[in-house]
Amino acid sequence: MQKKDFVIRFAGEGGQGLVTSADALARAATSAGYFTQTFSTFPSQIMGGPASSQVRISTSPVLSSGDGVDVLVALNQYAYDHHEQDLVENGVTIYNAEEYTLPDGGNYFGIKADEIAKSTGNARAANMVTIGAVANLIDFSLTEVDNFIKKRFNRGRDNDSEIIRANIQSVRLGAEVASQSGFSVGKLDNPVKPDYEQIMVTGNSAISLGALSAGLDYYVGYPISPATTILVWMENNLIGSNKFAYQVSSEIESINAIIGAGYAGKKAMTATAGPGIALMSEGLGLAWMAEIPLVVVDVQRGGPATGLPTKSEQSDLFACMHPAHGDVKIPILAPGSVEECFYAAALAVNWAERYQGPVILMSEMAQADRGENIPKPNLDKIKVESRNVYSGDNGFKRYQSWDGTNELTPMPIPGGSGAYVANGSEHDEIGDTTHLPIHHIRLTERRFNKLKLLDGAHYEIENENSQLIISPWGSSKGPSREAYERLLDDNYDIGWIYSVALNPIPEEVFEALKKSKCVLVPELNYQGQWSSLLRQDGIKAQSIIKYDGTPFKPGELVKEITNIFDTVRKK
Amino acid sequence: MSKRNPEYDFVWCPGCGDFGVRRALEFALQDYITEHEKPHSHNVIVAGIGCSGNMVHLIEGDQPFGIHGIHGRTLPIALGIKSSRPDLNTVIVAGDGDFLSIGAEHIGPAAQRNLDVTCVIMDNGVYGLTKGQSSPTSDIGMITTSTPHGKIEVPVSPLNHYLTVGVSYIASYYSSKPKILAKFIKEAMDHRGFSIVHVQSPCTTYNDTYDLLKGKPREGIPGLAWDIPDDHDPNDLSCALNLIQKPGIPLGLIYKMEGKTLEDRQQEIRNKVSEKTVESTLSEYLI
Ligand SMILES: Cc1ncc(C[n+]2csc(CCOP(=O)(O)OP(=O)(O)O)c2C)c(N)n1
Ligand code: SF4
Ligand SMILES: [Mg+2]
Repeated sequence: MQKKDFVIRFAGEGGQGLVTSADALARAATSAGYFTQTFSTFPSQIMGGPASSQVRISTSPVLSSGDGVDVLVALNQYAYDHHEQDLVENGVTIYNAEEYTLPDGGNYFGIKADEIAKSTGNARAANMVTIGAVANLIDFSLTEVDNFIKKRFNRGRDNDSEIIRANIQSVRLGAEVASQSGFSVGKLDNPVKPDYEQIMVTGNSAISLGALSAGLDYYVGYPISPATTILVWMENNLIGSNKFAYQVSSEIESINAIIGAGYAGKKAMTATAGPGIALMSEGLGLAWMAEIPLVVVDVQRGGPATGLPTKSEQSDLFACMHPAHGDVKIPILAPGSVEECFYAAALAVNWAERYQGPVILMSEMAQADRGENIPKPNLDKIKVESRNVYSGDNGFKRYQSWDGTNELTPMPIPGGSGAYVANGSEHDEIGDTTHLPIHHIRLTERRFNKLKLLDGAHYEIENENSQLIISPWGSSKGPSREAYERLLDDNYDIGWIYSVALNPIPEEVFEALKKSKCVLVPELNYQGQWSSLLRQDGIKAQSIIKYDGTPFKPGELVKEITNIFDTVRKK
Repeated sequence: MSKRNPEYDFVWCPGCGDFGVRRALEFALQDYITEHEKPHSHNVIVAGIGCSGNMVHLIEGDQPFGIHGIHGRTLPIALGIKSSRPDLNTVIVAGDGDFLSIGAEHIGPAAQRNLDVTCVIMDNGVYGLTKGQSSPTSDIGMITTSTPHGKIEVPVSPLNHYLTVGVSYIASYYSSKPKILAKFIKEAMDHRGFSIVHVQSPCTTYNDTYDLLKGKPREGIPGLAWDIPDDHDPNDLSCALNLIQKPGIPLGLIYKMEGKTLEDRQQEIRNKVSEKTVESTLSEYLI
């Protein structure tokens, strides 16, 4: 049976090489010309604990981690018991026969990967035995796996060829076991090899690369899942004269340090998760008030408090849009795919410079660590916006009234002319503290008017005159899009409106939403945060919510939305 | 700002110690500029929240850059400025509440980094701006608006604290002699590393300690303040620790240690790890 895509899941304990296996399979498949997306769940503990890592392989770009599992590799009984129900009909399990056995007669077979690997002379090639077995089940070319192995282990060492031989032999022996089992889950359609260069990145690497491509100079952060990988990335890559990447001692230090760097003329960023956003809220208010350019990335996880540190949730939207006390509405970009992470991060850096203020980029656990192959961004086409720096005489009034009709006043930089006090207390034109109503009115308006400068974020509007509009935000885009396409195929009267920018919402998107009779917002939180914000703006929105710590599956959404269609029809 | 804005909200009370500290800071900034042949715009004042922090708006003459942020966060803001712009002379002005209560968590890390900024701390043993509550340096038993039955904690010893967390330049003085205070502030600016000039700056409204500090020599009442003897060796940590165990307020340089700064160590990394272009970083992800 020809199939467009497969999901292969490796389940067992942390430390058993689950991620390595899924990644290896993903890389072999992308070199062969397929599109892939990996997704992992981690336990909170450092060693061991139930974990899984999967890869979805497809002939077209992968939008989500899919509905079910075609091949499950279950390394222990617990893994089998807990993942078996995710198998699709006719899905097959490869179980670890060195660890446990299953009664005869099911859709499974055992493999002794360690023993087989040892027989090739390389005990460390056990995961290649399993990959060989998987490749056989999905009828994936072993030659492509060989090519991957040759690339991976060609490291210029004496024993390279020996390692390559043992790994290739392991793949063959694994495939042999699968073939003798007689099972098959179908065959992948042949890929159409993309004619452009591709990179394989995670969401967090894409954010880091995107920010760098827009000229990021300065990064500080404090470790917190799932944002830590951005700190680690920056420490390794944001190096050079006038560049700075550094671990500080709290999120309070992070936000205030990037306020200092932004004020001093640098493009500065930090990344955190919900608990860090909470600690940064006063500082974000200062950046808004004193008009300091900076970017904060919130890689969301389950909350509140320590919450679910390794699980998925989109529940920080209220906290990000209105983090500070007082009259504030922080610009928000919420990319919905790994590729969008790159471009949104570049835009966030540009936005901060353009409107001279703080910007929050919201991602999410499931999007942070998952890997995808995406077209390699063309750096020549990335717009890099630089700060409009003041260079006139001293005595400059940085905080003049501004209604958005002319160019925003430039920003003086320490060391240059126009010395002023960047003030977190309400101030007059030059930055001196004042409580006079005229200044608070004037500058409140200036701060909100500046949001008008923020355009250029990606959006999508399709079939907007339909009976129902599906309008996800952030990382729920992928599964929502897949559901939308399936519903369209089934001739449902459904439309699609999606925007990376949640504040300010692009005018076209806002108009389209406003005209819609019913906007459905799939989002991972209990309160339906985005739909409630949309309703404040007079949009007829309601949420499809999920709050179990896992992302949406397309099938779930299809079911929910068809139910809604049924109720609408019955009325 | 050189001409005072009549709309400006804040004035210090008559006799407030912060007036003297301001004069000292103005002298020191001017000296620094003259000696290093830099424009005034290379001075950046990072102000805490309190009567003391309002200093940033009250400096007369040529204006430095300034940032008046949020309560307790002068050190992380200064970290951002100094680590991104080592060329700037970055000076913190803050009160005892701002620096030693809400902002105390930042002193240790700044010392471990040996962050090359200068802190001028105006200690009046009280929260001035919020109208007279107890502060970390208020005495035990002190009656303030928030301790109507007497303060029930022992006061922090700022100098002990600075020495034990590793601050690399520590001077202690009072606000009454701006010219001499200026000398220490300027020396702290020139010190490569984390420097604190801790100033007794009396609050005439809520905790007037002028008489206590100076005593009444004519009546034979000794003051709390005493001059550090000439034979004190500020380069010796144990001498410094011994020195400050003596009760009262020492006047002068307590400790000074040369060492690598955060910038020095950052530069060592830059020398060791080669710079990459964005394009080459991106290419590492090619399939
Ligand atoms: C987060 C926060 N908490 C409380 C305050 C109120 N507040 C303003 S100044 C201050 C204390 C000031 O005392 P100190 O730092 O000693 O300065 P002084 O006025 O004595 O110079 C407080 C508590 C605030 N601005 N922000
Ligand atoms: S309240 Fe005290 S510290 Fe504040 S200005 Fe008045 S005298 Fe100075
Ligand atoms: Mg005080």
